[in-house]
Amino acid sequence: MNLAAKDIRHNLGRFSLTAVGIGLLLMIVMGMGGIYRGLIEDATLLTDRIGADLWVVQRDTRGPFAEVSRVPANLLHRVAAVPGVAGAREFVYHTVQREHGGEPLRIAVLGLSWPADKGQWVPLLAGRPLAQNHFEMIADKTLGLRLGERVRLGKETYTVVGISTNMLSSSGDGIGLVTVADAQAIQFDVPGEAVRLEREARAARGQRSELGARQPALIEQAFQPAASISAIARPQISAVMVRVAPGARVEEVAATISAWGDVSVHTRQEQNALLLKGPVEKSRKQLGLFRFLLTVIATVIMALILYTLTLDKLHAIALLKLIGAPNRVILGMILQQALALGVLGYGIAYLLGQKVFPNFPRRVILTNDDLAQLALIVLGISILSSLLGIWRAMRVQPNEALS
Amino acid sequence: MTDAFAIQTEKLTKIYGSGNTEVVAMRDASITVRRGEVVALLGPSGAGKSTFLTSVGLITPLTSGRVAIGGKLILDGPYPRANLQAFRRKHIGYVFQKSNLIPFLTACENVQIALQLSGHGPRAARRRALSLLDYLGVAERERNLPSMLSGGQQQRVAVARALANQPSVLLADEPTAALDSHRGRQVMELFAKVAHEHGTGVIVVTHDHRALDVFDTIYEMEDGIIRRAPPSP
Repeated sequence: MNLAAKDIRHNLGRFSLTAVGIGLLLMIVMGMGGIYRGLIEDATLLTDRIGADLWVVQRDTRGPFAEVSRVPANLLHRVAAVPGVAGAREFVYHTVQREHGGEPLRIAVLGLSWPADKGQWVPLLAGRPLAQNHFEMIADKTLGLRLGERVRLGKETYTVVGISTNMLSSSGDGIGLVTVADAQAIQFDVPGEAVRLEREARAARGQRSELGARQPALIEQAFQPAASISAIARPQISAVMVRVAPGARVEEVAATISAWGDVSVHTRQEQNALLLKGPVEKSRKQLGLFRFLLTVIATVIMALILYTLTLDKLHAIALLKLIGAPNRVILGMILQQALALGVLGYGIAYLLGQKVFPNFPRRVILTNDDLAQLALIVLGISILSSLLGIWRAMRVQPNEALS
Repeated sequence: MTDAFAIQTEKLTKIYGSGNTEVVAMRDASITVRRGEVVALLGPSGAGKSTFLTSVGLITPLTSGRVAIGGKLILDGPYPRANLQAFRRKHIGYVFQKSNLIPFLTACENVQIALQLSGHGPRAARRRALSLLDYLGVAERERNLPSMLSGGQQQRVAVARALANQPSVLLADEPTAALDSHRGRQVMELFAKVAHEHGTGVIVVTHDHRALDVFDTIYEMEDGIIRRAPPSP
């Protein structure tokens, strides 16, 4: 006869409510683990998806994700000429926050090196990759934009032509993919008045200089758009991504480019490590600590619940001892109830999590390894939390049944 | 010590506390109960009846004295001469003032558990439990939890549980206190029936003088001292 099951059946309402409570607590522990895993996954997702073998960034920076990196756009051609490089692409990446439909819209804007890169590698839920050099965007589903929706960014309006999935920045913002030219236009967008003031300032500087007095045509040129003045550099890019040719050694290509004085080179693994050690590290530690604390709290709560359940049964336990029940029968009853609570709580946590986690603002990833690890932890805390109740039950004397 | 007796006690003494707080609950209590004999133990509250009963039932440790059950020495002063837990399980049945049933088990399961703890298989235990409940007239309530039974029915189930392992000794502490006189007499007659039919030695602590004719022997206890009551006129 399974005494644990009989007692649970007798106190089904209270046991169910307790299991739901434990389940909710475990769901938070599970969720924390999932967020932790999601954070790591999101951090390295972009670099893994892009698939570049090397990242060429501003000298002595850990860009373009961990910190700001600025390199000249013509770096692309220098890199492409290095032996062993199969392809080089510009990388422009920045985050903007605009208002769209009365709501704040935060987009991590990523430039695709048109026409070499149209975003064919992007996992699409709907729509298509970019088909033209301007004014089209592939938006991640977390941005909440619909196919065909038009978004105003800077002075231009971009049409959503594709909906991607799991394209997130390391801080969890949905990525909007446009061409490099559009990404730069969004990044370096300045109001018309600021443009006019800058042109006036350029002309004024020219008039004050001796060169301006000797060559008045220069001052006239100063009123032209910056792009048409050859002396003014083109907008910079964040980094250059390198694909190493088959058969070439990544280390050798990296060593060649690293020898230049104006850039640093990171391999994909180094870039991932920089991401995990940099922006993600503190959040990772914080989530890990929260997870640990929640596990301890769950253990304490379970121990108190099981202790209370045992206190309620002291008379029955004394009676069982009186009629000759050995200690292992009592121990088994309490331990089985603890395990039942743990298993039921875990099941509730998992099922509720499946419904709740997709609605979280950040990705919650439940891996099989993490679920198995949590199952083992729940098993451990079930046993640990039953010890207090078992200790109390073992102290019960048979003659207490007569009191 | 002879196995003709179900119970033999020899100078049982129980002292609680020490020094100024010393209380002698029982002193030199000696009785013998034959197999099939039904014994009543009378006495005012605080006389030491329950202490005597729980000492014989191997629940309360003795200060001194000896207890033999079925001719076998079990307690020699504070020292057990057998595994008390296992011995209680096999040889002693208890019935208390309150029915003391396990609240989360049905009537049948309350009897069945005593059998299963003694090594009976679930099916055999259930069959015997049902036959005991039938013997005691509560078979139709076998699926009911104790909270759904009347006081008399609960007490019958408790008796069934006490009898489950065919104990050589049945100990009852004021088993009729919560029952009306009719039900109380029924329970007392039940003890007599069990004793006579199964050769069980029965000791019943009671305040109820209306059913004393059921008992073979009557003892009285006062201030921890036990003596045989004079025959009623």
